[in-house]
Amino acid sequence: MSDLKIRSGRKNNFMEAKTLFDKIWDAHVVKQVEGGPNVLYIDRHFIHEVTSPVAFLGLKTRGLKVFRPDQTTATPDHNVPTIDQNLSIKDELSRNQVEMLKKNCEESGITHYGLGSDGHGVVHIIGPEMGLTQPGMTIVCGDSHTSTHGAFGAIAFGIGTSEVEMVLASQCIMQPKPKKMRITVNGTLGKGVTAKDIALYIISQITTSGGTGHFIEYAGPAITSLSMEGRMTLCNLSIESGARGGMIAPDETTINYVKGRKFAPQGEAWDKAVAYWETLISDEGAQFDTEYTFDAADIEPMITYGTNPGMGLGVSQTIPTGSDMEGTDKATFLKSLKYMDFNPGDAMKGKKVDFVFLGSCTNGRIEDFRAFADFVKGKQKAEDITVWLVPGSKAVESQIIAEGLDKIFEAAGMALRQPGCSACLAMNDDKIPEGKYAVSTSNRNFEGRQGPGARTLLASPLTAAAAAVTGVIADPRDFL
Amino acid sequence: MAYDKFSKIVSPAVPLPIENVDTDQIIPARFLKAVERKGFGDNLFRDWRYDKSNQPIADFPLNDGKYTGKILVGAKNFGSGSSREHAAWAIYDYGFRVVVSSFFADIFKGNAINNGLLPVVVSPAFLEKIFAAIEADPTAEFEVDLPSQSFTIKATGESEEFDINPYKKHCLQNGLDDIDYLVSLKDEIAAFEK
Repeated sequence: MSDLKIRSGRKNNFMEAKTLFDKIWDAHVVKQVEGGPNVLYIDRHFIHEVTSPVAFLGLKTRGLKVFRPDQTTATPDHNVPTIDQNLSIKDELSRNQVEMLKKNCEESGITHYGLGSDGHGVVHIIGPEMGLTQPGMTIVCGDSHTSTHGAFGAIAFGIGTSEVEMVLASQCIMQPKPKKMRITVNGTLGKGVTAKDIALYIISQITTSGGTGHFIEYAGPAITSLSMEGRMTLCNLSIESGARGGMIAPDETTINYVKGRKFAPQGEAWDKAVAYWETLISDEGAQFDTEYTFDAADIEPMITYGTNPGMGLGVSQTIPTGSDMEGTDKATFLKSLKYMDFNPGDAMKGKKVDFVFLGSCTNGRIEDFRAFADFVKGKQKAEDITVWLVPGSKAVESQIIAEGLDKIFEAAGMALRQPGCSACLAMNDDKIPEGKYAVSTSNRNFEGRQGPGARTLLASPLTAAAAAVTGVIADPRDFL
Repeated sequence: MAYDKFSKIVSPAVPLPIENVDTDQIIPARFLKAVERKGFGDNLFRDWRYDKSNQPIADFPLNDGKYTGKILVGAKNFGSGSSREHAAWAIYDYGFRVVVSSFFADIFKGNAINNGLLPVVVSPAFLEKIFAAIEADPTAEFEVDLPSQSFTIKATGESEEFDINPYKKHCLQNGLDDIDYLVSLKDEIAAFEK
């Protein structure tokens, strides 16, 4: 993995106030196509087994080679089992995709972290862990939750397979420049309120299409007080508001996190990088197309009740009655409640839960497992509930064991699984059965997302832990 | 990926008046395990089209014999969620060439254009008129004219212009994709890297 050149761009007009987003974007434009999109240079490309095979096939058909293999990193995550990873994958199609990724990487000279290897994990977890994700970079992956990496003050977004092929072929993609949005969260988060709750709250306010066409910068004291893990959770969920990505200006928290990681710059290169990263802020007076301001005091632990991430509310609240809706709005609302088998006006607290899923690129990091373990320590899993604890990576798994969190889970009647995307999208065997309710720390509550007919309630690791020990939707603050 | 050149289409339309249709509904994750791009149309809207015993659900528009054509009309925020390009492949493979909505999710929109599937954004009021025209007569025809960037309800003659990036319009009209263009820039890209 080569050290990347820092692209700090041309010197701009000294009077021009630029956003964080503009600074990074403008430094990566190779060419402006007349009447068309920008040719945008990509520093870091992550690939996984599901959205890359057709791109590799396309390259072969055209007789092309991978242009910059050392800027792409691969790992299989979507399809992999989370038990018995040492055995051959039973599902033939899944196994074929996982093997195809390895083969394509070997043929192209791309670093591949295979199942069971030390670097393996969910693609958006391993990038930051290894220091591959750095401030100021452009980062893409054929996965919408690539927005996660924006937590470092990078422009990171999900792309389609045609674009994966573009990056493999040329290290560039064609992109129109999006609009800019700033979301400021003032104040201090209450006890038991986490980054996940901020994200679900924002999406409940601006809807799942409120961010469409935009790139978000998150700012304000409630944001800068978050750890890197929390920032990744927040930026991860940017796509659920329709925004292509979200980002947070790098600060001391960011720099301390990156420092010393495997692929972080070293020595003189480190000093140079930090000096550049410190310039990555939105200048005073920089213009945003859209601005929102929220108060952290208004945010309580959140849970979703419907079939998109915008259908969320405070755990102590009741489902809207829908009486003020009409047309396709109302039809969509009622269709959603019918799928969930909930009634308008229902209280969320006390509803029966069948499964709890802790994991995914949203909440599968060590801090999430610490929070969950801290909550369930000395308590017991509720009788009729199944709890799946799926670390985001081998490194997270090892850290869980090193800290003895696995022992806490065992004592509470819960077992740790092996890393992967797992029940977040249920491409492997981790499927929530039809009609069952799952409190999930993942990112999407779409119909059938966690298995055909599965009913998903998105929440933070703390709220998930409260469900795990009570068997119902509960307010984690009642136990803190 | 090669696709048909796009110019003008006159066709009836299939209505899907549901908001926030996400890509997990367009093609559920369990059908993403192929390593080639073929056959995705069979599983388009799988869990809305078929019941648990794989029997077609009669009242879903794709199963309702009265609706046919190359144009799919969705409600706002069509294509939200996952970046899976399989969603655009599935719609194209099923036989659609145009998707209409008042509002598309960004990644889906880009994926559609990159695969010869034209996303047409119309105003919410015009979208209601399209749905009404289909409801009045399921065989009602619509004209999608890419060169003039217009969508016309043939029965009433009402028409609305739609936006498309000139570069992408050129690509669609000529069946071109971005890869050949980007590869032609290799020297410029290499110079940029220095």
